[in-house]
Amino acid sequence: MPNLSTVFSEVGYAHFLVLGAVLFAIGVGGVLLRRNALIIMMSIELMLNAGNLTILTFARMHGDLGGHSFAMIVMAVAAAEVAVGLAIVVAIFRGRRHVDVDRMNLLKH
Amino acid sequence: MDTVKFLWVVPFLPLAGAFLNLILGKRLSRQTVHFIAVAAVAASFFTALYLVVGPLREAYGVWKHDGRQGAFGLDEHLWTWIQAGDLKLDLAFRLDPLSSVMILIVTFCSTLIHIYSTGYMEHEPRYGAYFGYLNLFTGAMLILVLGSNMPVMFIGWEGVGLCSFLLIGFWFENEAYATAGRKAFVVNRIGDFAFLLGMFLLWWATHGVDGGKSLDFVMLRDVATAHPDIYEHKFWFDERLAAAAGILLFIGAAGKSAQLPLYVWLPDAMAGPTPVSALIHAATMVTAGVYMVARLSFLFASSTTAMAVVSIVGALTALTAAFMAFAQTDLKKVLAYSTVSQLGFMFVGVGTGNWSAGVFHLMTHAFFKAGLFLGAGSVMHGMEGSGDIRIMGGLKKYMPITRITFLIYCLAIAGFPLTSGFFSKDEILAGAWAAHHDGWPAFLGKMLWVMLTVAALGTAFYMWRLYFLVFEGEYRGKAQVAHPHESPINMTGPLMVLAFLALVAGFIGIPHVIHLSGTLGDIGHFLPEWVGLSTKPMEMHLSSGTTYALLGTASVVGLLGIGLAYALYGKGPSKIVDRFTAGAGKPLYEASKNKLWVDEGYDYAFVRPFRALAKGTFEIVDRFIIDTVLVNGAGFVMSLFSRVSRWIQNGQVQRYLVGVVFGAALIFWWTSRNDHPSFSYKAVPGGIEFRAEPGHGLRSGAAVRWDFDGDGQPDPGETAPVVIKRPGDVASRVTLFVVDPVWGETDKDGKPKHLARVTRRVKLPVVEAPATPAAATAGGVP
Repeated sequence: MPNLSTVFSEVGYAHFLVLGAVLFAIGVGGVLLRRNALIIMMSIELMLNAGNLTILTFARMHGDLGGHSFAMIVMAVAAAEVAVGLAIVVAIFRGRRHVDVDRMNLLKH
Repeated sequence: MDTVKFLWVVPFLPLAGAFLNLILGKRLSRQTVHFIAVAAVAASFFTALYLVVGPLREAYGVWKHDGRQGAFGLDEHLWTWIQAGDLKLDLAFRLDPLSSVMILIVTFCSTLIHIYSTGYMEHEPRYGAYFGYLNLFTGAMLILVLGSNMPVMFIGWEGVGLCSFLLIGFWFENEAYATAGRKAFVVNRIGDFAFLLGMFLLWWATHGVDGGKSLDFVMLRDVATAHPDIYEHKFWFDERLAAAAGILLFIGAAGKSAQLPLYVWLPDAMAGPTPVSALIHAATMVTAGVYMVARLSFLFASSTTAMAVVSIVGALTALTAAFMAFAQTDLKKVLAYSTVSQLGFMFVGVGTGNWSAGVFHLMTHAFFKAGLFLGAGSVMHGMEGSGDIRIMGGLKKYMPITRITFLIYCLAIAGFPLTSGFFSKDEILAGAWAAHHDGWPAFLGKMLWVMLTVAALGTAFYMWRLYFLVFEGEYRGKAQVAHPHESPINMTGPLMVLAFLALVAGFIGIPHVIHLSGTLGDIGHFLPEWVGLSTKPMEMHLSSGTTYALLGTASVVGLLGIGLAYALYGKGPSKIVDRFTAGAGKPLYEASKNKLWVDEGYDYAFVRPFRALAKGTFEIVDRFIIDTVLVNGAGFVMSLFSRVSRWIQNGQVQRYLVGVVFGAALIFWWTSRNDHPSFSYKAVPGGIEFRAEPGHGLRSGAAVRWDFDGDGQPDPGETAPVVIKRPGDVASRVTLFVVDPVWGETDKDGKPKHLARVTRRVKLPVVEAPATPAAATAGGVP
């Protein structure tokens, strides 16, 4: 195990991968812990972009363009998802005057 | 043996009647119900009568003409019931002299009792069920009697047990009556168990002998005749099979026929409707044991021990039950104990080898005991259901027909000269006097005779005590029942018929010492001759002088009992008796009144320990193991798990996502966990074989490299295979390198990467290869 100082002495793939992992973890935490639907959607975006970052890093590592095109697709899907998701959130907000996921439990009963 | 057709009709008719009444009884009118029931039994009686005087008599003529070859009887084979290995059981019936007498008694008495029931049970709500059970009872008894092998007999044997339970507990709303029914059933089951064991023992001893494949009575008898040693020696060293089987079967008979020590159910059986008591005590049920012993006469004749047991138990029962009857105050209880006592007489008859006398007494007893019970029913009918003889007396004024017939039955059971009971009881007494079998002590026969004579004296006394207390003297029941009345004709009719038979039925069994010839002789000595055809003959020597003396003694004893009863009770309850029971005779009186405390003894010896055992088992096995540990334990474990899963499944998607995240993490960890690579080695001919174990998950199947020269660096060359054999040129330290399956051996810039490695110290003697020239040149080992 090489020591951390050498790993971080120059910016390399590892930095990107660690950044991706950290972003992803933040996203997961947001999805699991926050109660506001908007924040949850933002966290999902964060997770998707962390994934994008990781994909691009590996693509760069292996010199493979496939990863770049894959990242473009992910962004497109994310945009579409946000559009639909925001529409739903807005619709819910109109009906209930809040977007607290803990209180959206009608299906439970 | 010849065959007969339509014998099956005899048991079938009552069974069909039972079926109809039990299934449809509720919807049919009362007239239809009792018409079906009475018609079924009556038709059964007439069928039986036809079969006996028609085909059976014809066959008898042929058999006699042919020189009396083999066993005499008519068979009807319906179908093969069970066939397994050696065992072949037919559902088959046999009509022979013994069973012919029995079916006539059973169907005849049963018919009368059915007719009587139409009057006695007039107001019964469960009319159909009552007649259905009555028919079923008769049908089961007929199967028992007609069955040509032991298992078929056992069907009927169990059938009558079931019906007795149903009928004794017929008024089951009354807890005491239901208990009486259960008691009858349980006590009978004890006997039945012994019966089964005896049957199995017989099967074990006789199967395969002379091609014997079943428990057919004739087959068993032929085996007994051809191979007497089988019954005498084939069991437990020198013990005799016949003794063991005979005693076991007799225990069965004791249960069914109410002998010591299993008689306790019969006195309680009066809980049932009175006609049922008549049926149980006369026609069906209790006669089964006597019949069975007579049927298996060849077996009992093979073992004088078994015969001694049968006759001693019979005599003791006769004596004990007679004693218990003295102080009973219930009309039916007195009759019940008298039945037990009379059955004891019958068992002494069959136990002394005097088979026909036992069956003869069975027949006469059936007539007068059925009559006595029906008479008692008539009295109780007129007394608004009360059977307490203390409040009766002087009833002859109110019930003339019942009184006259009852008088005749009492004469018969007391053995008044020339009544039926006189002849049959005398046969038994004479047989007991003369009985002497191998191995019996000389005094045994005489002792039996003395016991029976005392019992006969007691019988005459307590029956006439009953008669005087009920019908003579002043009426004492004004306070309870103001107007006793005579019963209708459908009740008194059967009483009169039975009374006639109780008077004259004895004339078909006149002692041989009275010489009769021609037709008169045929009739007068009919029954012993006829039944003798089905039973094993036993020799009996009795001089005519002794016979007359015995006859005289019997007459005197009967008259003495009657006279004694008259002296004490002729004018109703007597002061002398009251003084006696209050003074010197108090212990005796108490003993008789409390039935020698036998029921209480059984209660302490068996019932309570069993209850305690059952309660203990209930508390430990049921309450604790099953209820607490298994049932509630299972529930507790379930609720424990559901508590956990309730926390997870709270309906919030976020909670579920926690599971997803942790699950994904688990998968990543599992597939990429850094378990340690290793390798093993072993000596093989010509070198050492190394086997790499690179690890699990992503590592499995990874490429490996070896360091055999000990410099700490992978040896150059291609990636080595997982299994490699080296001729022994290895350093003492060997290292295995595992190539990372994802990143490979070098990074992007071609620098060697860190590899997982393991180093082991290798120390192993090299096994020399077999010294063949080929190996030496090809291997090039130094």
